[in-house]
Amino acid sequence: MAQLPNIQENLSADTFLRGLWEENPVFVMLLGMCPVLAVTNTTMNAIAMGLATTFVLVCSSLLVSLLRNWIPRQVRIAAYIVIIATFVTIVDYAIQAISLELYAALGAFIQLIVANCVILGRAEAYASKQRLSATFINSLGMGAGFTLALLSLGTVREILGNGTILGFGLFPADFQPWVVMILPPGGFFVLGAWLLLFNWLRLRKERGARELLGASANAR
Amino acid sequence: MLRTLGGIAMLSGLLVALVYQVTLPIIAENQRVLTEQAVFRVFPGAVSKRDFVITEQGGLAPAVDGASATLVYGAYDPAGRLLGAAITGAGPGYAGPVKVMFAYDPGCQCITASKVLSSNETPGFGDKLDFDPEFLENFKALDARLDTAGAALDNPIETVKHGTKTQPWEIDGISGATISSNAMGQAANRAATLAVPAIERDLAWLSQPN
Amino acid sequence: MSKGIEIRSSPHIKRVVSVDRIMRSVVLALLPICAFAVYQFGLSALLLLATTTGVAIWTEWFFSRLSGKGATVSDWSVVITGILLGLTLPPGFPLWMAAVAAFVGVALGKALFGGLGYNVMNPALVGRAFVQAAFPVAITTWTPAFAPGRFTELIPSTLTLPFMKPIPVDDWVAGLNLDGWTGATALAIQKFQHIEPPILDVFTGMIAGSAGETSALLILICGLWLAWQRMLDWRIPVSVMAGAVLMALPFWWMDPGYYPSPWFVLSSGGLMLAAWFMASDMVASPITARGVVIYGLFIGALTVIIRLFGGLNEGVMYAILLGNAIGPLISSWTQPRVYGTSKKPQRL
Repeated sequence: MAQLPNIQENLSADTFLRGLWEENPVFVMLLGMCPVLAVTNTTMNAIAMGLATTFVLVCSSLLVSLLRNWIPRQVRIAAYIVIIATFVTIVDYAIQAISLELYAALGAFIQLIVANCVILGRAEAYASKQRLSATFINSLGMGAGFTLALLSLGTVREILGNGTILGFGLFPADFQPWVVMILPPGGFFVLGAWLLLFNWLRLRKERGARELLGASANAR
Repeated sequence: MLRTLGGIAMLSGLLVALVYQVTLPIIAENQRVLTEQAVFRVFPGAVSKRDFVITEQGGLAPAVDGASATLVYGAYDPAGRLLGAAITGAGPGYAGPVKVMFAYDPGCQCITASKVLSSNETPGFGDKLDFDPEFLENFKALDARLDTAGAALDNPIETVKHGTKTQPWEIDGISGATISSNAMGQAANRAATLAVPAIERDLAWLSQPN
Repeated sequence: MSKGIEIRSSPHIKRVVSVDRIMRSVVLALLPICAFAVYQFGLSALLLLATTTGVAIWTEWFFSRLSGKGATVSDWSVVITGILLGLTLPPGFPLWMAAVAAFVGVALGKALFGGLGYNVMNPALVGRAFVQAAFPVAITTWTPAFAPGRFTELIPSTLTLPFMKPIPVDDWVAGLNLDGWTGATALAIQKFQHIEPPILDVFTGMIAGSAGETSALLILICGLWLAWQRMLDWRIPVSVMAGAVLMALPFWWMDPGYYPSPWFVLSSGGLMLAAWFMASDMVASPITARGVVIYGLFIGALTVIIRLFGGLNEGVMYAILLGNAIGPLISSWTQPRVYGTSKKPQRL
């Protein structure tokens, strides 16, 4: 069996933090848009979806990493999908056991985690090449980044669309909810606004770095 | 290659089966609690419920575990007297079916309460079905009388445009949420058409205390 | 196409007409409509128009500063957006919601695409569509026209505190003691009760409705003046109206008691204003002569379909937005064949 070139990543804080900011699956890589847009109409749904995805991501990455030397290259995608589907089914049962109401709110999107490209992407691009410990930390970071992104959409949409956060009222009773925010278009609006903010911050940082470089070059 | 794939499939199967075994009783219990809560909500004062299925002969029979047929839930007060029967129905809403539980009171032959079990209706419109006091007023005495043959409703339950309700079997729709209100009416009509004849037929037996 | 060779490649400028001159004429044509809106609905309509226009101008200024493009406010196009938006809203619409509509319309519908000339859709309608989805109740709350004290007092919902539900107008309306007021517009009455209000009232605007959409007659006069001045492409409004009439006729023939008559379709709701002033938006409509006819017919027909069969009783806004969306496609379909090239349509 052909061995993949071994480029092992050394564990560092960056292994985890990358998923949160630099390579954030939603705001930077734009992966997994389906749950991002569909189930972020309340904070609770966003948290549940984020945690469920994180669980599947971490478990499947671990298993892929563990088996990385045995899975033949030709059938690796099939093997990853089987592994991911297993954990999705487990999450599906677990959520039903925890709360049927939550299960009803998330609907088909739990099963659809299996098609979430963040997870398959991690398995292919990272877990299949890296050690168990690095995989664990990295996928945890990615999961946290995904959850964070869902949360930032979910809170904004719930506050504007319903005037509540996690079901607690924030405003006086005659607050006018922005119904559109809870509807699917609201997902696009809020995602667009967050992407705007993220890209603006990134551009500003890059510009700052360039100016710094230019300044130092001039000084020479 | 085959061995590896087989191994992975085996491992997956094992894991899924394990989790299924562990969670099955919990999920069943959740389901039961949820139904019970719904029944007790539409019948305030009820403390126990019994499950029945509608038989092919159009009567009622005690439900056995795992029955998939439409269930009718008898609700009883602390003294064991029958308060009524909770029936369920679904109607096509704005975004998928709206499943609703209704309280049927054989005393007045009418529906006395409603609770939406599941719906994907637009927040702010469709969810008024369960909260709008004016709309819920419809379900305090919604006529579900049977015709003389006892096989169908005398007057089908219908949703009418807001402010035009004249008959006790009509539901005064919510203006601005017409489709959702119609779904509610259809759910009530279907539930009553299906279950009320059976309930009325086996009423004597249904109201026997345990 | 037997009229000889049609030469039409580059835009050949025959007159000195600058963007701001066209836009100023449109504003001029809109002023009588605004005046009638104020005369009909009073102070509230005046404040509404001032708010949408003011916020639209501010938003344009803000984004042009942000993008470092220099001031683009002076081309007057944003003033049109603001006025049109105000004219399509109910007269008692809370001012803070109107401000949201104007901001979203100019920011999302125009500035983010790169400003005037780059917007895919009509910015005023983008703003209105947003508030229609966000505040569906407020945007369908109508107040009677020609209320007695309209020049001295405001419709109560106008001055709602920001982010609060509109102040209910029911008590205020009841206090006016108007006979036969049901809170429904002519369109809604026709749609749900199948009663057509007197056509002359609808045509001249003696009815309730959005602030500036009521008087089809006045809009028609102002639009014709603009067309006569060659400031808009007359094909667009004419084909929008034709599309609406053609779609409405068969239904009306089938059941005149149930479906609206074509003249009711033309003079009710926002169709007239939309046909003359919004569908004809130069940026968001197709560029070929054949294209604008297809575009207009599509908008008119779709409006009637939405009115007759949709959940909403006015569909002209969505019809135009959809028309805008397929505008570039129509343009590329209807490109005149370059002399000497094959007759087969080019693949997109």
